[in-house]
Amino acid sequence: MISASQGKASTTIVSSHAPSPAPAVGPLLQARDVTLQYKTRQHLVTATYRVSFDVHSGDRFILLGPSGCGKSSLLKSIGGYLSPVEGSFLLAGEPVRGPGPDRMMVFQEFDQLFAWKTVLENVAFPLTVTGRCSPRQAQERALLYLSKVSLSKFRDSYPHTLSGGMKQRVAIARAMAMEPAILLMDEPFAALDALTRRRMQDELLELWDSTRFTVLFVTHSIEEAILIGSRILLLSPHPGRVRAELNCDHFGHEDEGGEAFTTLQRRVHHMLFNESHAGTSHA
Amino acid sequence: MPKVTAPASPTRAEIEHILVPAESIGAVERSLSPIERITNLDWVRRGAILLLLASTWEGYARYLDNPLLLPTFSATLKALSSAAMEGNLLSRVWGSLQVLLLGYVLGVLLAGALSAFAVSSRFGGDLLSTLTSMFNPLPAIALLPLSMLWFGLGMPSLVFVIVHSVLWPVALNTQTGFLAVSETQRMAGRNYGLTGLPYVWRILVPAAFPSILAGLKIGWAFAWRTLIAAELVFGVASRSGGLGWFIFEHRNELQTDYVFAGLMMVILIGLFVEEVIFRTIAHRTVVRWGLER
Repeated sequence: MISASQGKASTTIVSSHAPSPAPAVGPLLQARDVTLQYKTRQHLVTATYRVSFDVHSGDRFILLGPSGCGKSSLLKSIGGYLSPVEGSFLLAGEPVRGPGPDRMMVFQEFDQLFAWKTVLENVAFPLTVTGRCSPRQAQERALLYLSKVSLSKFRDSYPHTLSGGMKQRVAIARAMAMEPAILLMDEPFAALDALTRRRMQDELLELWDSTRFTVLFVTHSIEEAILIGSRILLLSPHPGRVRAELNCDHFGHEDEGGEAFTTLQRRVHHMLFNESHAGTSHA
Repeated sequence: MPKVTAPASPTRAEIEHILVPAESIGAVERSLSPIERITNLDWVRRGAILLLLASTWEGYARYLDNPLLLPTFSATLKALSSAAMEGNLLSRVWGSLQVLLLGYVLGVLLAGALSAFAVSSRFGGDLLSTLTSMFNPLPAIALLPLSMLWFGLGMPSLVFVIVHSVLWPVALNTQTGFLAVSETQRMAGRNYGLTGLPYVWRILVPAAFPSILAGLKIGWAFAWRTLIAAELVFGVASRSGGLGWFIFEHRNELQTDYVFAGLMMVILIGLFVEEVIFRTIAHRTVVRWGLER
């Protein structure tokens, strides 16, 4: 499809994650005054209003906000499925136009895997269909990433035989195998049970430690945001506006309940809820 | 919270167990009894039903004892084998199948093209919806007089009505299937940069395959019906009739057992296509993918 990336990829097949075009200076993804609107039958709904932020290479950038704040719309818009009515996204200086494999999405829904392909085929499919790899290279790379999410044993299984957590791991492997400039994750763990979610969060952090990819992660859980993120963008309730940008690079599961963790949690909580309804709700 | 004033449950000691290592448990299995094993075989159960039907037929026909109205099952089998061995049944069947396959394949291809067009543009979608609601209820056989006028008394007329009978149900089912593909799968497909025909072929078609397969089955049944009915009308004028003509011919000669043999041939071919061909396709695709049980 894209001849430039094709040429590049064929030389770095099984490389560890080479952060794509972004130069060391300047942000990888820039959102500039993005206003998103969508139409329902009766209404024109403004999802976000003049949202701006910068994502740098290697960031674990979190979009956090209550439901209905437009964070998923924002992610879909970066994915190219929804164009802003105002403002724009620049990925490595280039405006985003339409969906493309340089921004791989991981969705919340379990049915994002293709039922007619085995686990291995699901991971290899985008590699071959975009012309990045020959079938053999795609196979090798798919296996590599499947082993990273420890699913090598299930390479020949069909998705319907997997548990929810395993399906999400395949989806993550599929997106990472493409070595996209940026990984877009839309509440990928929200539909999982609490125990599995916790394990997946740890695994995602381990993966990040080993490959240092750039990820944009949408969640409505303050705890998850603090655990996973290196930087959090707080969005206000409907329509979504930027409330704050916070750093949170130094927390893991072992910090949970600790003082710094709780302080940050409370601070975020306060910012999210105090304006809208005087705050005794909990996250 | 209001205080709940239920009786306090008795105080119990806490219990902790040390687990038996999982490896020592081994496979927990029970082998099935021979009867369970036999009744688990699909073809045994289906065969039993067929046997029951055949023996009921045989019994009733003997009781009635009127071979002109209802020949026995055994007489029908005998007629079937003699028509197949000495008569022209097989060449009749071959003639019918040729026309049928040609019409079916053409119909399916057209339906595919129409539904691909329908899914890729709003005009196409409107066009297909309008056309299917207009033509789907129109019996193919009602078009036969017109078809004979246009294409003459030969294969093209038959193919035309068969295409008509296959096209609309298949297109309708395919379109319904496409519309039911989940938004997530569509987005995942587009994420790879797939558009146009590759998108339809690699994402929508497999995702919608359960309904497409249902459409193909319905289309097949419609095509068969239309063909036999058309041949019954048509055979009179044509020398090289098919299976329908075989049935018609023998009814005229009051050879009811041969009429039954012809009908049985239709049923046998239908059974074969449904139980062998379509079932195999389903097992290799939608069942394997967990889209259907």
